Amino acid sequence: MNLNLKKESLRKVNETLQSIDRKSNKKIFKISNPDGNHAICAGLKDEIEVTIDGHTGYYCAGMNMNANIIVNGNVGTGVAENMMSGTVHVKGNASQSAGATAHGGTLIIDGDTSSRCGISMKGIDIIVKGSVGHMSAFMAQSGNLVICGDAGDALGDSIYEANIFIKGKVKSLGADCEEKKMNKKDQNILRSLLKKASINESEIKNFKMYSSARKLYNFNIDNVSEY
Amino acid sequence: MCGIVGIYLKNKKYNSQLGKFLTGMMNSMATRGPDSAGFAIYSSEKKKKYKYSVCSNTDQVKEISKKLSKQVKDIKVKSISDHLIIETAMKPKKFIEILKNHDELSLVGYGSCIEIFKQVGNPKDVVKNFSLEKFSGSHAIGHTRMATESAITTDGSHPYSTGEDECLVHNGSLSNHNNLRRSLQKKGIEIKSLNDTEVAAGYISNGLSDKKSLKETLLDGLKDLDGFYTFISGTKNGMAIVRDEIACKPAVVAETKDYVAIASEFQAMAHLPNVNSAKIFEPEPGKVYSWGK
Repeated sequence: MNLNLKKESLRKVNETLQSIDRKSNKKIFKISNPDGNHAICAGLKDEIEVTIDGHTGYYCAGMNMNANIIVNGNVGTGVAENMMSGTVHVKGNASQSAGATAHGGTLIIDGDTSSRCGISMKGIDIIVKGSVGHMSAFMAQSGNLVICGDAGDALGDSIYEANIFIKGKVKSLGADCEEKKMNKKDQNILRSLLKKASINESEIKNFKMYSSARKLYNFNIDNVSEY
Repeated sequence: MCGIVGIYLKNKKYNSQLGKFLTGMMNSMATRGPDSAGFAIYSSEKKKKYKYSVCSNTDQVKEISKKLSKQVKDIKVKSISDHLIIETAMKPKKFIEILKNHDELSLVGYGSCIEIFKQVGNPKDVVKNFSLEKFSGSHAIGHTRMATESAITTDGSHPYSTGEDECLVHNGSLSNHNNLRRSLQKKGIEIKSLNDTEVAAGYISNGLSDKKSLKETLLDGLKDLDGFYTFISGTKNGMAIVRDEIACKPAVVAETKDYVAIASEFQAMAHLPNVNSAKIFEPEPGKVYSWGK
């Protein structure tokens, strides 16, 4: 089914996708002329496949549950923010806060993302084939962020229990984020994520892993003069 | 919020459509700034002539023209909505002194190729009032304002111009503008409003008058201007964009072989020709990008 945003309102298109007749076989949708509109495909909750042909604005595929969304273009701020499950695949670049606060699902970005990728992520797997901007994985709580390119300043600042896998250079690490040795379990996680994004598994050896040093978890009396 | 837009045409074949392109950009940014709007248009330079963009609070244009022509020889006055574009060979220093004696007129910008228009109201109405669609030129910069730092008045609207053929639009807010205003005023830079952006415009004028390039001035600004900002700055040669190092305020650039467009959001550029095949990127924090002759 084709949905043309030049002919139909954004609200109508989202309503159509949000209220799928589960008995019907209509599972594949295409959206044309997104023209940078905000909140396209927000709040989908069924196992459907939606392809968006063009660039989108803010919060594309926000709060996604179950749906598989493909964007043939760039996305604005907050793609797949608060996603619960499902897959979002961006063929172009993403703006700030990609995958912010998302609880689950997979976000694949073929290009680069700007700052704060995976900010406060709570269980999502994010795979970025390009580079990420500053403050990525800021306060990330759970889930995995895979970066095939480089990372900007303050990677993983105040990180909790999420993992960061990165192949390229890290400009600087944020507070309480440190490099960790990858064990078998970590390697298996990374292998399955690379597979999901169709990246050669042999690349695993080129990745480094970063996560929390857990020094900010409890108050440290030695730091009392800082307050 | 606030919306900022800019377009620089590399291919002259689009010059006659500059106003049309900017109208679409301003209209789609109306939601980011419904309080007031303004724009600066750069067209071809008139040798030995100056254009003064003036906001008037009277509709007696004929009488004003008559009064002015008594004081200034060879004057041409064009009236568009509540603005007048006054064309004369008289040098800025002298002409601005004359304007100061007319309480009903306030200067919004001047130069050999710039024209500036700004007004309170929804951007969609403002661009209609000034018939922006009909303008042609080489580059243009626009702003839609959601007021934070100063009152909703024409004085508080962008673009700000504090020097010949210069203009600045801003998305964000500055926190050290009062101190900077005082030090710039001591150096003789005239800043009329209490707005933070006008101070940044004055800072750029000061840098340029010290023979620094626009790029150098904007890089210095990263140290001296404290706050959140994405700036688009125009001169008669082109335009530049810079974002502060935190980069909270958005910006996206689309570049084709025919033009460079900048906007707060991609949707402002969706109507431009061949934009889907353009090189689209977000300016990196703390880096100056410029285009021009």
